[in-house]
Amino acid sequence: MARPVQYNIYGQTDVKLVKEGPEGYAGEGFFTTSLDKVVGLARKNSIWPLPFATSCCGIEFMATMASHYDLSRFGSERVGFSPRQCDLMMVMGTIAKKMAPVVRQVYLQMAEPRRVMAVGACASSGGIFDTYSVLQGIDQVIPVDVYVPGCPPRPEAIIDGFMRVQELVHNESLRRRTSDKYKDLMNAYGIQ
Amino acid sequence: MQSLTSRAKQVDRSPMTVVERLYLWNIFKGMWITLKHFFRKKPTIHYPEEKRPFSPVFRGLHILNRDEEGRERCTACGLCAVACPAEAITMEAAERVSGEENKYREEKYAARYEINMLRCIFCGLCEEACPKDAIYLSETFAPANYQRKGFIYGKDDLLIPHPKENPEEYQKAVGSRAKAPANA
Repeated sequence: MARPVQYNIYGQTDVKLVKEGPEGYAGEGFFTTSLDKVVGLARKNSIWPLPFATSCCGIEFMATMASHYDLSRFGSERVGFSPRQCDLMMVMGTIAKKMAPVVRQVYLQMAEPRRVMAVGACASSGGIFDTYSVLQGIDQVIPVDVYVPGCPPRPEAIIDGFMRVQELVHNESLRRRTSDKYKDLMNAYGIQ
Repeated sequence: MQSLTSRAKQVDRSPMTVVERLYLWNIFKGMWITLKHFFRKKPTIHYPEEKRPFSPVFRGLHILNRDEEGRERCTACGLCAVACPAEAITMEAAERVSGEENKYREEKYAARYEINMLRCIFCGLCEEACPKDAIYLSETFAPANYQRKGFIYGKDDLLIPHPKENPEEYQKAVGSRAKAPANA
């Protein structure tokens, strides 16, 4: 049965592709800008994702990596399976309470600056699994930067979340790691 | 030994021929396949610029429907909240007072209607449970966000625009599902 309505116009994503370069002083044959912005630009366009896929959202991530949606257009050609070299941890799927220390350890093994994206209902809030054995959202063990709702989210939704991570990385200060806010966040999770 | 399938094949262990020994020939054969792919149709959809149409049965963000006169259809019976396997729907009912007949269709309405999009699994059971055709799942996927608190969608995010006061946005929400005029 076709539904009488097609779109929810209030829920549309507002993330846009940024095509122009950073602000700076341009002349003939040269361009100067602050180091922050250059580093931000470089980091933004070379985010290496670490797929922590435990269930069906991982399959949707594979579709995002494949040629139709092609996440490598955003500079993440290389999917790393070693946390040491990755910048973005994508937690996809139900995280059971026994799995929680593993998620945390993998997060700790990542080098700074690190970002976390919770993909799907289960990773972000537990979803339908409101039971004794399932962690009710991975933000109970590690800080999450971007949440992507859906069960599982469409590749478009994963790309939408990924572009938000890019936006975060782009506007990140070089001294974020030493800022009090970041230290407080880490202390809140008991991470030294 | 009897083979397990009819497609089993003996491995060819005969020595290589001169052409095979040349090595370059096989490289060219492989590169030829690579070259052919340059001229094939590109399958990539450049997502943010170019969007793929979704199926009409796609289940995305919810939308609370209004009737032709713009009255809210929801009567806050709570059947959607009961049907919801993720327990993502919360609502608060209120009684319609006189003078509000143009706002609410039934005598009872939802004063507060919230869906937790992080819990929601977009199964469409709320849509099936609704006796008043008040809730539908639309073709819009739920956008990502930085904080948890942005995911509690209230009535202002879910309610369809008023068909009389805001006809342009209403048409946008209805999209291609608009009914043909009755006398056409």
